[in-house]
Amino acid sequence: MSRIPLVPEITEPLPSIRESEGLLAWVASIDHKQIGIMYLIATLFFFLVGGIEALLMRIQLVRPENDFISPEVFNQLFTMHGTTMIFFVVMPFLIGIGVYLVPLMIGARDMAFPRLNALSYWLFVLGGLLLYFSFFTQSGAPDVGWFAYTPLSEKPFTLNKGPTYWVLGLLATGIGSVASGLNNIVTIITLRTPGLTMRRLPLFVWMILVTSFLLIFVMPIITSAFAMLLLDRLLGATFFMPATGGSAILYQHFFWGFGHPEVYILILPAFGIISEVIPVFSRKPIYGYEFVAGSTVAIGLLSLGVWAHHMFAVGLGNVFNAFFAIASMLIAIPTGIKVLNWTATMWGGKIHFATPMLFAVTFLIEFVVGGLSGVAIASPPIDWQATDTYFIVAHFHYTLFGGSLFAIFAGVYYWFPKMSGRMPSERLGKWHFWLTVIGFNLTFLVQHLLGLMGMPRRVYTYHDLPYWGDMNLISTVGSLILGLSVIVFVWNIIASLRSGIPAGNNPWNAWTLEWATTSPPPVHNFDLVPPVHGRRPLWDLAHPDMPDK
Amino acid sequence: MDKLGGVFNASSPEMEAMVDLTLFIIIVAVAILGIITIAITYILIRYRRRSADTAEPRQDFGSTKVEIVWTVIPALIVGVFFFSTIKTMYAVNPPFGDREPDLVIIGHQWWWELFYPKSGVRTANEVHIPIGKKLLVRLNSVDVIHDFWVPELGPKIDLVPGHTNHIWLSASKPGVYLGACAEFCGVQHANMRIRVIAETQEDFDKWQEEHRKIPPTPTTGEAALGAKLFQEKACTNCHLTGVGPDLTHLSSRQTLAAGALENTPSNLVKWLKNPEKYKPSSYMPNMKLTDVEVNAIVAYLEALK
Ligand code: HEC
Ligand code: HEM
Ligand SMILES: [Cu+2]
Repeated sequence: MSRIPLVPEITEPLPSIRESEGLLAWVASIDHKQIGIMYLIATLFFFLVGGIEALLMRIQLVRPENDFISPEVFNQLFTMHGTTMIFFVVMPFLIGIGVYLVPLMIGARDMAFPRLNALSYWLFVLGGLLLYFSFFTQSGAPDVGWFAYTPLSEKPFTLNKGPTYWVLGLLATGIGSVASGLNNIVTIITLRTPGLTMRRLPLFVWMILVTSFLLIFVMPIITSAFAMLLLDRLLGATFFMPATGGSAILYQHFFWGFGHPEVYILILPAFGIISEVIPVFSRKPIYGYEFVAGSTVAIGLLSLGVWAHHMFAVGLGNVFNAFFAIASMLIAIPTGIKVLNWTATMWGGKIHFATPMLFAVTFLIEFVVGGLSGVAIASPPIDWQATDTYFIVAHFHYTLFGGSLFAIFAGVYYWFPKMSGRMPSERLGKWHFWLTVIGFNLTFLVQHLLGLMGMPRRVYTYHDLPYWGDMNLISTVGSLILGLSVIVFVWNIIASLRSGIPAGNNPWNAWTLEWATTSPPPVHNFDLVPPVHGRRPLWDLAHPDMPDK
Repeated sequence: MDKLGGVFNASSPEMEAMVDLTLFIIIVAVAILGIITIAITYILIRYRRRSADTAEPRQDFGSTKVEIVWTVIPALIVGVFFFSTIKTMYAVNPPFGDREPDLVIIGHQWWWELFYPKSGVRTANEVHIPIGKKLLVRLNSVDVIHDFWVPELGPKIDLVPGHTNHIWLSASKPGVYLGACAEFCGVQHANMRIRVIAETQEDFDKWQEEHRKIPPTPTTGEAALGAKLFQEKACTNCHLTGVGPDLTHLSSRQTLAAGALENTPSNLVKWLKNPEKYKPSSYMPNMKLTDVEVNAIVAYLEALK
């Protein structure tokens, strides 16, 4: 790491807006950096919990007819795992890192509404607590899957209180997410430093902007569905109860009307991270900035019209299915444009394989696997085989884990020096990376085959059909390797926080504004925001002879 | 080598059409993945930073021409995918007009009620069909959403309460085709299996004929006692009312409780003594029968032919 300027050991604690010290400085904080970091810490906690739930399931599935876990508990585990990973890990992580970075990247002092920002965070925490409190009720956690289809999730079929806590928890976080969305939009539109026009906005900020619009469009859809489900469950309404005049399918339209845009909420900010990391470690500007930003807007819009590709097996008719098939396939085009632009950014560069870049490059390939299997199942005849099988489990883990989570790891390693003032260990980072890549592909690659061979998802046991045992064994071994990789990751964070090499302002020689201030940044973020004449203000400063056009 | 199931053993014209489409799209997808992976690997090797080289590379901001090219190519591929999708979709799922169904399937937590309207045969969990015929199946559910899926025979389709669905079902060769409920439907979703037994028209007719008759109630020995107990122990409250599966021809079935156990007299004994053990939380209660009672009932159920 010859490029890292040597700077003195850090002795000051992280700066805080409050006079108070210790825990209260954090809990009472309305500083976007502290709130951002609290988001990351909470999501790391939920990630560990959700990961343990996943491992327990994989242990149960290690061989046919295993009886390590009872069916009731297994069903609770996959419900809690899915809900946790989506609503309490990936989503709040991306919101949280956005909250940390957006003001810095646009040269602002804080979010537009700092108190609202804190409220969003605490609503998210409250939601997580409500959800997990269900474990302490007599009948245990919710057990109806992360999309809680009606009428299974209605009172007559699920008497236990799990789904009620589930709805309340998600309502709380959901309201927080809408507030975050609004906060981001106002911040990005009104608080940019002079010279930072929309066409010069860092791509990460662009993606946060599009995601925020999605949040405010779609969270109300699911909020109303949850309100109806709650009325059904608690007050005996019958919105989704066919036996008494409601509609089971209506809930699915509501759920996926939210749920499909939601998966773009989970991936667009990840695209943003990749769009920052790949250029810096290739030492080149992003290839086709306008097209990367524009294709994000296209994905955002298209994502609002594809929800029923989750419903090809519901029996809604050929014409209906054809519409949602073509709409879904179209998303492949803007997504493809992105992948090709990232690839072209590396072309002709000088690629530096630090840990963030390793994760970013691998993201490209894993995400393409998930994207291609996605195009395949956008075709109803293929989906009629694949849906609700392990093929789908493989598909969405390639997009959510191989996609979002790989990008998240890239982002954590990339911005860790900015947040903490210290470098993460490259050695541990490489261990973490290789264990993750090996474990991830072992776990999920074979699941494509399992699905095609006829294994349904959400089953706590299966018969000893040819090769099912072997493939599940491979998958479980892979998941244990993943478990190991997470331990290395956490160890790296802890060790590097304690004794990492001091980072200095700009250890990666990056170009966006957050690297113009100290690491960690002062409470007010910048003593002086550098002038902005292009997309890469720090490049222009360093290369006055050849500034960006 | 053991035989692989699912898409690796397409056994109906519908499934063959679906597999052709799947293969086509997967081959194209794998080719695209291959090209991208090779390209990225090449770039990573060729353009890796060599130590001691600190000069910045040429700064290149993109090219509209290139962008247009790589927008149009995926658009064309998507067009082809969509066209073949539509063709296959209508081939697999043609409209059924006002034809009456040949088979009615009703989903229950966690078993399948089967009814052949044309012959009046009523059974559970094991569908018999003649090979080479396209049967129209009507599907419905009495409780939550289930999904009928026999991978080797074609598409899956939801059984939705309050919403009637139809599907075409056929098999091109005789055999036993394993399937399962594919929509999560509660505690015992994993043990809601179904099988389709495809046989020649003759065998099918024979099966249908046998199942149309109600076998005489045994009047002697253990089986007669069993018949009496079957009434007294309230089995009929559920098993003649549709709350539980029809047991009239139970002994001709291959499995018990939607595939949870193989159907043998000894397994039947175990099931009656303690259903909770083999299908935890299923709606078949433990009737607290004594050994004598269990054996008598089993003798009765086995005698019903
Ligand atoms: C409360 C209703 C109820 C009562 C009473 C009841 N059963 Fe059942 N039984 C069921 C249900 C529901 C199933 C299906 C379980 C499943 O597969 O999930 C079942 C399944 C069975 C099966 C397996 C059927 C098959 O198709 O594989 C047998 C055999 C059986 N019951 C026998 C009996 C006998 C004998 C009695 C009386 C001693 C009895 N049942 C009493 C509800 C009942
Ligand atoms: C640690 C690695 C992981 C392992 C071993 C793992 C394993 C599993 C398993 C075994 C299931 C149940 C499949 C089924 O029965 O249908 C599952 C479901 C799921 N997983 Fe993961 N997973 C991991 C990480 C993730 C991540 C990072 C995410 C999202 C960001 C995620 C999201 C989901 C979702 C949404 C479900 C569906 C839950 C449901 O069916 O309701 N998983 N996972
Ligand atoms: Cu079912």
